[in-house]
Amino acid sequence: MTYPLLVTKRMTDFPSDSHTLERYEATGGYKAARASVGMTRDQLVEAIKNSGLLGRGGAAFSAGLKWSFLAPARPAYLVVNADESEPGTFKDRQLLERDPHQLVEGIIITAIANEVHRAFVYVRGEYPKPARRVQKAIDEAYAEGYLGKGIFGSSYDLDVVVHLGAGAYICGEETALINSLEGLRGEPRLKPPYFPAAVGLYNKPTIVNNVETLSNLPHILNQGIDSYKGLGHEADTGTFLFSISGHVKKPGNYELPHGITWNELIFDIAGGMRRERRLKTWIPGGASAPWFVPSDHLELPITKDDTAKAGSMLGSGAVVVMDEATCVVRAAERIVRFFAHESCGQCTPCREGTSWLEMILRRIEAGQGREVDFDLLLDVSDNISIGLAWPPRMTTICPLGPSAVSPIISITKYFKGEIMTHIHDGGCPLPA
Amino acid sequence: MTDLTREGIKATVGEEMVKVTVDGQEFEAPKGQMLIQAAQNHGTYIPRFCWHPRMRPVGMCRMCLVEMETPKGRVLITACTNPVADGMVIDTKSEVAKKAQEGVLEFLLINHPLDCPVCDRGGECPLQDHTIAYGPGESRFVEEKRHFEKPIKISDLVYLDRERCILCARCTRFSDEVSGDPLIEFLDRGNFTQINTFPDQPFASYFSGNTVQICPVGALTSKAYRFRARPWDLVSIESTCPHCTTGDRITVQASQNEVLRFLGVDAEATNWSWLSDKCRFGFEFIESPDRLTSPMIRQEDGSFTEATWTEALELVASRFTEIRDAGKGLAVLGGARGTNEDAYALAKFAREVLSTNNIDCQLDDGLDPQFLAATADRARISDLDSARTILVWGPDLKEEHPTLYLRVRHAVQEKGARLVLIHPWRNGLDDRATHKLTYRPGSGAALLTRLQSEEGEVATALAEGPLVALLGRTGYGEDGRLAEAVAAHVRSLGGKLLPLARRSNVYGALDMGLAPSLAPGRATTDNPGKNAAQILEGLAEGSILGLLMVGSDPVRDVPNGELARQALEQARFVVALDQFLTDSSRLADVVLPVEGFAEKEGSVTNVEGRVQKVNRVVPGPGQSRPDWSILDDLSDRMGRSINLVSAEAIAKEIATEVPAYVGVTWDMLDAEKDGVVVPLPEATQPLVYLPADTPGKSFSGELVLHYARTMFDDGVLMRHGPSLEHLAPGAVAILNFDDARRLGLSDGDQADIKTSQGSARLTVRIDPSMNHGLVYVPFNQPGIPSLGSDPVVTVTKA
Repeated sequence: MTYPLLVTKRMTDFPSDSHTLERYEATGGYKAARASVGMTRDQLVEAIKNSGLLGRGGAAFSAGLKWSFLAPARPAYLVVNADESEPGTFKDRQLLERDPHQLVEGIIITAIANEVHRAFVYVRGEYPKPARRVQKAIDEAYAEGYLGKGIFGSSYDLDVVVHLGAGAYICGEETALINSLEGLRGEPRLKPPYFPAAVGLYNKPTIVNNVETLSNLPHILNQGIDSYKGLGHEADTGTFLFSISGHVKKPGNYELPHGITWNELIFDIAGGMRRERRLKTWIPGGASAPWFVPSDHLELPITKDDTAKAGSMLGSGAVVVMDEATCVVRAAERIVRFFAHESCGQCTPCREGTSWLEMILRRIEAGQGREVDFDLLLDVSDNISIGLAWPPRMTTICPLGPSAVSPIISITKYFKGEIMTHIHDGGCPLPA
Repeated sequence: MTDLTREGIKATVGEEMVKVTVDGQEFEAPKGQMLIQAAQNHGTYIPRFCWHPRMRPVGMCRMCLVEMETPKGRVLITACTNPVADGMVIDTKSEVAKKAQEGVLEFLLINHPLDCPVCDRGGECPLQDHTIAYGPGESRFVEEKRHFEKPIKISDLVYLDRERCILCARCTRFSDEVSGDPLIEFLDRGNFTQINTFPDQPFASYFSGNTVQICPVGALTSKAYRFRARPWDLVSIESTCPHCTTGDRITVQASQNEVLRFLGVDAEATNWSWLSDKCRFGFEFIESPDRLTSPMIRQEDGSFTEATWTEALELVASRFTEIRDAGKGLAVLGGARGTNEDAYALAKFAREVLSTNNIDCQLDDGLDPQFLAATADRARISDLDSARTILVWGPDLKEEHPTLYLRVRHAVQEKGARLVLIHPWRNGLDDRATHKLTYRPGSGAALLTRLQSEEGEVATALAEGPLVALLGRTGYGEDGRLAEAVAAHVRSLGGKLLPLARRSNVYGALDMGLAPSLAPGRATTDNPGKNAAQILEGLAEGSILGLLMVGSDPVRDVPNGELARQALEQARFVVALDQFLTDSSRLADVVLPVEGFAEKEGSVTNVEGRVQKVNRVVPGPGQSRPDWSILDDLSDRMGRSINLVSAEAIAKEIATEVPAYVGVTWDMLDAEKDGVVVPLPEATQPLVYLPADTPGKSFSGELVLHYARTMFDDGVLMRHGPSLEHLAPGAVAILNFDDARRLGLSDGDQADIKTSQGSARLTVRIDPSMNHGLVYVPFNQPGIPSLGSDPVVTVTKA
């Protein structure tokens, strides 16, 4: 079954030159931006609100609503979150690399909608090529008069700056990103204030949007709200980029509507399991998300609400599929190690707790597990994420610490036997 | 008033009160106040490590997690980052809150070394105390703990043990927000996060010791106190710091009659618990083995022999009587470092027994005693917090008045005051100045005239009140009358001022009459005597024969040290009341050992006129005696008894006899936490200050000397403390590149610096920030002769 494409259409149709200005303009590019120059903030905010566009960075918050929260103080800033670092997520990279003008156009529309005259694109440091492509697109847009002084011949000024991160996952958290952009340590800020739209970059009202979110904007304006909504599934309007990785035959990015089932995604679209092994478990929305298992979740429709009801999230659309040969202790240890390594270190429970969890898991995997470790894992987790619920009740400033708890919740819930086998048999029962 | 929060967001604490319920108890708290503070004010202590009432909250340690009722159910919040709001319902002891608190403590302890038996903090450690009150009973952690090299020396004064550190960010916030020297920072991240200094940049802050005091564990320890005592053995008595004129409140701690530590007390009026390192570690002189323990009489060959009090006092009495009765001059220098009671005794002794008005507690500091003693327009330190504009035209506050530096910094940074900073060169407050003007000493009068007449930004800023001005001499080249002329301008603008003098109790000493033109109680005398410079000249030329020095070291402490040396050598008879043999007391004929700070009780007066107590904690060494008792004894022997029986009796005499101090009793001072400001409302204020008719002398030369003090120098009290004795930066001559080139000098060259009053050979440093035509030399550095107060200077390559 094929589905209509939106943000990946150009790169699919013209894989060799979809990133060029020429191709972009030849395929209707900058039409929406040009049109938006004459529109008011209210018109644009209203349009995006009505389109139902949800943020694609992971939180799935209404983009238009976020814009409407922008505090009245000026200057206001736009920050494009291109610090794509969630393990398993690689969709923004493709958008940056293969269709950078689409993002630049989204930036222009967002800037006008929010009375922003200076935007920052914060690209993760490990993305040199995407950053180069975006910079090139920006340079071309400047040369054409689409950016800079008086864009599209209007009196509206807009400058865009590309900034590369220095290799910290936490800088994808919007307030840590803002700190990093200001030259401070990449540490999430205290909430409240809950939204950078109130107080953000340089303590000014700031819109922080994800690359995919902005890439949707030209299409919404070009094809109209109803047509855009028609592509999606109920509240989840438009299309959604899934990054599928792990033990499937056809890993990669897929632009799909919501509402299909996990079964369809894994077995039809991604080609099913590698080496004809059985599906053991999968992470539905990035390393932070609690895992799903075939017995409970395979026929569940992929929507924001259905996933939340089942105790997990779609996040940034990263699906990591694991087959029956996967040791869940090792898999969980790898994910916890990632979060422990990426913890900024400011909150005690995250700094100390994630490392502790990592050490316990490593010990169990190495055959040094004790009977009490099963409960200890859960209780240490509980001290980071009270009640072990999702979304978490955090003891920390940001959700990084509680994210490290997700794999623990998942393996203790679905694979207790496998953990106990590690402990009783003095090691991992699965081949290395 | 505002409570501070991170990222420059200020939760404004206003008049409006809101109703809050904490653990079932309903109370009212000012809207915007942080929950942790509001709860504490109403008897509920919420555990915390990172929160500190004088710094912005960061919510990092997570120890203060409590549960709050919301329409969506209960949520965990940190009490240190959430301001109270109307109808807020909080549970600090619910099962969830308690588990969260216990969890945080377990997390903090898993990597803590638990080396409490050898930790300075053991026994006064918030981590220990919280573990008992809120923590788990046992550890479930069986993994290897985190290791760091321990301890590492991060400055001359402070050691860091990163294994003990719980990463609360108190030290980093203090350095960044409060003292403005962000030299200690977070490095790395996650489980490897550590506090450290930057490579090749030691924690060389003038305020580093505060981080030791506020560290909630034993991660930061001080060289001066490491392994010296267990806290439960310490006797703690509150007192007033003996180093600065701000009257900073401290706790003096001693064990077995030995003073071991000063801690800052959070006094609202003054130091907010902060102390400069000079103050915090400037206690070691008390226990110095060099303290004088017996009266001494100088022999023909210049050596001293110990004498009995009777021998020494008989000698002094007979020689002073002889000089006095012959009508030859006697003079008194000093008295600004003791108590008001001792100063009163000294003033009385000088006038009634020595029959002289040649009395000066300021050592040629160049500021008119009447200017310093007048209080009509005197600001309170706390006025800085409500000032719109602050003018600082005087000494570098960071070097000479550290508490005022911190308070001005706070007022500008957190309260939004504008700072007009006028100084010859670089100044500790430069990074907070709204307007900074530099000028060459000697041209200050012209600058003032411009400010008075011009319409510019600075004049406009000054005109917009409330205005608080901190005025004094920027250096010894500056004429003291300039500050008076600036004061007159400030007064004409309706501003308030703090005139900045040196030596801890100088304001008290002046109030007691230790000035040639002042009688006790801020009254003028009819027959003014000679001031310090004139006294030294008189001694040198023989018009004054006898000198009594009280806790003063003119050879090191007046700008023209050479004149002081000549004066002491020429004088017929010199007596020193001192704690040490100094470069000056070494030249005395009789040296009498006195009790010093922490060894005697009394009162002192700060820059605002605030009178506070100092207290006795340990006995004085050997046969040392308090000043008043020596002076009383001498007065008997000289046949004109001043009849003093105890410091407390003197205090009663002051409270009845000294106009501005009427009604100020020790009982009152002991009862009032922050002392009292004199005069009390019902007392009279007799001194009317008449401003100088000239803003001081103007002068010019190719090169002008900016000769100013640094926090650490070769002062007596520092020289006798092992922690501070090596911290004096040493003397250099700093010039602009163009001046250096014109003089044929390169960085590192030796040059002879010469004024009409002295010369010194110094290393030249070239600094592009130096004004043209200006040479900076720090005052009183070890081994360097003084250059005097004549600012016209020549520099020649050696």
